[in-house]
Amino acid sequence: MTITAIDTWWWPYAFVLIAGWAMTYPWRAFGVFLGGRLREDAEILVLVRSIATALVAAVVGNLICFPAGPAADTTLALRLSAAIVGFAAYVFIGRRMLLGLVVAEVVFGLGLYLGY
Amino acid sequence: MPPNPDLSEIDAPQPSFADRRRWFLIGASESVSVPGLVLCTAHVGFAGLAQEAGVSMGLAVFMVLAIWALPAMVVLLGAILSGAGLLAAAFAVALSSVRLTPMVVALVPEMRGPRTSRLAMYLLAHFVAVTSWVIAMENLRRVPREFRTSYYFGLGSILVVVNMVVVAAVYAVAPALPPAVAAGLFLLTPMYFLTSLWGSARETATYVAMLLGLMLGPILHFVAPGFDLLGAGLLGGGLAYAVHLMQVRRT
Repeated sequence: MTITAIDTWWWPYAFVLIAGWAMTYPWRAFGVFLGGRLREDAEILVLVRSIATALVAAVVGNLICFPAGPAADTTLALRLSAAIVGFAAYVFIGRRMLLGLVVAEVVFGLGLYLGY
Repeated sequence: MPPNPDLSEIDAPQPSFADRRRWFLIGASESVSVPGLVLCTAHVGFAGLAQEAGVSMGLAVFMVLAIWALPAMVVLLGAILSGAGLLAAAFAVALSSVRLTPMVVALVPEMRGPRTSRLAMYLLAHFVAVTSWVIAMENLRRVPREFRTSYYFGLGSILVVVNMVVVAAVYAVAPALPPAVAAGLFLLTPMYFLTSLWGSARETATYVAMLLGLMLGPILHFVAPGFDLLGAGLLGGGLAYAVHLMQVRRT
């Protein structure tokens, strides 16, 4: 059952509702339920945070290595260096999100301009 | 002075609608901040990705409203792009969203007042995602307890609405963008995740998990396509937790 499996206007919305909302909201509701019951420093939460972080990081790695659309025409070296330099700027210069983003875009833009 | 401050709060008069509205607006105005701005740029990136995946404008805007968690939205897009079925897509999204539970667990004691209903907490939980969570954990202490739900309702709902508009706007203007700018959009979402994951990390295990995930994702993409995200999450997260256990044992 893919998102194009049923040819009606509502199927993609149902797909998002089932694979999207119904897979995210229960985690939030479960958090309210646990509320004060689970201590914030509970050991199991370290494992939960680790798995979730690695999964999102894998998404990021794939976005950079295998982009779709216009970015697919750029080189891997350019995308990697833009992300690494931007991230390094974030980590080493005051941990400012906006700075990391701007530096990454500047490196990327310069690289494109210089023909890399 | 009453001996028990909690009881005195219960005896306090019901806060007026005008006061609630005032704190709702204060919360809404605090969505205009650096994390809020960066979240908007990440949604610009998301809209670009969605368009590449062949998702319609209406469906992309609906994804923002219904899911309201960028990692889950991007994972779902990835699943749609690779032609995954409903079950596989749902499983990947569910696994990417487990992290929402500990975030809500941490936020609930901060937000609950003596008179807060459980229903209100269940409704407000929908707005919990990285950005509103970071802003709330930082600012809720300055908000009087009986108005914290009003404040968070303002902050969370405005962030959702603004980003729905952002996604729709990108669909409207994207065809007119020069290719270099369109290519540059792709960097916005990864940079948002890299910086917010690193910034919200509490223990060494999270940093290790992030670095492992970054490498394992692309590697598994070749070795085990279709299982790359799940595999990187379980393997990278498990290894990071093992590092954490070794660290704990040493101290």
